[in-house]
Amino acid sequence: MVERGPEKAGVGGSIPSLATIVLNQASRELLSSNNFFFVGDRVRVGSGLTNLKSLIPILTTIPEIRKLLTQGSRFSSLSVDSFSHVPLTGYAVTSILRGESTGGFVLMSKRKDLRKSRPAALPKAPTGIQGLDDITEGGLPLGRPTLICGCAGSGKTLFAIEFLVRGALDYKQPGVFMAFEETSEELAQNVASLGFNLKDLTAQKKMIVDFVRIERSEIRETGEYDLEGLFVRLGYAIDSIGAKRVVLDSLETLFSGLTNAAILRAELSRLFHWLKAKGVTAIITAERGDGKLTRHGLEEYVSDCVVLLDNRVSNQFATRRVRVVKYRGSRHGTDEYPFLIGEQGISVLPITSVGLTHDAPIERIPSGIPRLDTMLGGKGYYRGSSILVSGTAGTGKTSLSAHLVHATCRRGERSLIFLFEESPSQLLRNMRSIGLDLEPWIRKGLLRLHAARPTLYGLESHLVAMHKLTDEFKPSVVVMDPVTNLSSGGTVTEAKSLLTRLIDYFKTNQITTFFTSLTTGERAEEATDIGISSLMDTWLLVRDLEANGERNRVLYVLKSRGMAHSNQVREFRLTDHGIELVDVYIGPGGVLTGTARLAQQARETSEGIARMAEFNGRKRQLDRNCLALNSQIQALHLDLETAQEELQKIGNQEKLRKAAEAQVRAVMARARYADPLANCAQLMNSNYRKEV
Amino acid sequence: MAAIQMPQRKKPRPSPAAAAQKKFMLRLYVAGTTPRSAQAILDAENLCEQHLGGRFKLEVIDIYQRPALARDEQIVAVPTLVRRLPEPLRKLVGDLSNAERVLIGLDLLVRGEHKRL
Repeated sequence: MVERGPEKAGVGGSIPSLATIVLNQASRELLSSNNFFFVGDRVRVGSGLTNLKSLIPILTTIPEIRKLLTQGSRFSSLSVDSFSHVPLTGYAVTSILRGESTGGFVLMSKRKDLRKSRPAALPKAPTGIQGLDDITEGGLPLGRPTLICGCAGSGKTLFAIEFLVRGALDYKQPGVFMAFEETSEELAQNVASLGFNLKDLTAQKKMIVDFVRIERSEIRETGEYDLEGLFVRLGYAIDSIGAKRVVLDSLETLFSGLTNAAILRAELSRLFHWLKAKGVTAIITAERGDGKLTRHGLEEYVSDCVVLLDNRVSNQFATRRVRVVKYRGSRHGTDEYPFLIGEQGISVLPITSVGLTHDAPIERIPSGIPRLDTMLGGKGYYRGSSILVSGTAGTGKTSLSAHLVHATCRRGERSLIFLFEESPSQLLRNMRSIGLDLEPWIRKGLLRLHAARPTLYGLESHLVAMHKLTDEFKPSVVVMDPVTNLSSGGTVTEAKSLLTRLIDYFKTNQITTFFTSLTTGERAEEATDIGISSLMDTWLLVRDLEANGERNRVLYVLKSRGMAHSNQVREFRLTDHGIELVDVYIGPGGVLTGTARLAQQARETSEGIARMAEFNGRKRQLDRNCLALNSQIQALHLDLETAQEELQKIGNQEKLRKAAEAQVRAVMARARYADPLANCAQLMNSNYRKEV
Repeated sequence: MAAIQMPQRKKPRPSPAAAAQKKFMLRLYVAGTTPRSAQAILDAENLCEQHLGGRFKLEVIDIYQRPALARDEQIVAVPTLVRRLPEPLRKLVGDLSNAERVLIGLDLLVRGEHKRL
């Protein structure tokens, strides 16, 4: 057979093909006559060839390959059956002699290979547990044991059982549950609350629950033993339903029933090897130990994947968390992720993976207040954006949100309001007082109100409740009022992380979110209590201005990503027909609002009238001046013409006089018979005078 | 190996002599026909013959052949000698090479009394 070339790291069976060639009959015969032969649809190399390099001349005589090479494809190595790899000089072929179709060749360029041809990632068995597969990037290592450890009550058994149930239902992988602590009846009862029907699954041969009872009082150890009994039972269970998944919950019970730790350790190590050899994906649960992951050091044997569960209480709220401590051969999320045991099983959060990959729609949705739309580039908010309104108490944050909801429902889209402070009827009454009747929308099924105190349950439960409602109702706008209250159900950091995940989730689903944030008096107004402003696309700020014995609300757009927005402060008025935005008066006296603005406006009107009269008078005066000046200009023009004519006349007279004088002199000279010299001197003299 | 601790009992322990009068129903679970299994079977038979005379019934079960039985009888380790009768049920885990331990486990011998035998 073919001499195997040195295996090269990074080249495996999953090399993407660059070109696939289907051989015609002539080529097949050519190959056949050159020590290649066909086994089924695979091309093999006959035993006459000891060196792969000698294949090259043969390969290059195959027309299909030569055609590729003459087209300029350059290959730098050849591989046969994907593991033999021979570097070639000049142009040659990297090929996998693998008949995809009958007698097909797959050619690929070497340079591309090395980058793309990573060996196939570790095969994984999806757990089906919401969120866990995101963290582990696909599930638990297929065909290998995974250790789940945690303290009492952290949900180890539920994790394991959900892994089996989801495997049986969603992935058609039957499972064996070896229970060391609970009988199968107890187990079935315990998980019935999660909606898992173990009895049905058992009846359908999708699952076997085998209760292993180790009663200390019954057992006497009389000598050496092994755990073959356990192996046989497990093997019997696996084979009887063709199980692909196995749970051992929890193996450490063995240590309390049997005392020979040396035997147990050796046998456990054998058990894990045996499980691997069986090719089942196994979960082994174990109790958390002091300073160690497990009480009996099981982590030493199960080294492929270790998941740690934890149940911590802070601020009287218990939160369960999961962390993938190690995952050999795979990337994984390393953080602690909160998880919940809910009605539909376990949900590990983030339910959606935290990624910044959501689309940004350019569609705008009106805010329900025309002048606010004008301030936001004339069109309103972006669909799917997050909007924050912050302000002190009583500045009209809820009313702003109600306007958005009203406008949304009027378009026939659904809205969902989470209330953390008011009851639904209270909100409806209050909004009716500013002329917004939201009740019809509820009756039409376009609006849903969900009121819950933040302290009712932990933040994670809130998150799940919100997710669930949102999934059910599919709103296009979600309002959370006020978001600041959430931090009373946990710490500020937790609230922020919750909101980050929520915003992620909403944005991914293109749901516009409207958060109101209460700013307490002593805080800086441009700071939100839970530091979420950076997550927001649009931030409106409402505040009170107190002057002249009254408080007035003003609103401005602190930021609004991706749109030209107004930099102006607007007065914000709650009227019986909704919110009105009015220009504030900005003058030498500062920003004036309310009655001061009205007074100022009246004053300005009267001042304006006076100014107008004064202007008209002055205008007339100036008109008259202009007229006078124009007539003066005309008179002066006439004077100028006269003077110019006079000048002309004088000049002409002088010329005539000079000509006459010269004539007279010439006549006189002739009369005196003057000698030429004298005549000459006289001429010179006259020339000189001319020059002067 | 550490001394085996006996569980607390409310009733006074039946004396080994009394126990010895009853009929014994024993089952020996082994895995396959390994030398260890063969030795366990031999040991069990010898012990029973020696100490129980004709008052016993010993069943040998290969768990490879009857895995379901291993499940029903809650067998984890092999070899396991199960005393089904007299009550209470007792499981002797481990090879049977140490006769004294086995006899104590079967309530045929009280600790410290072995010299009398």
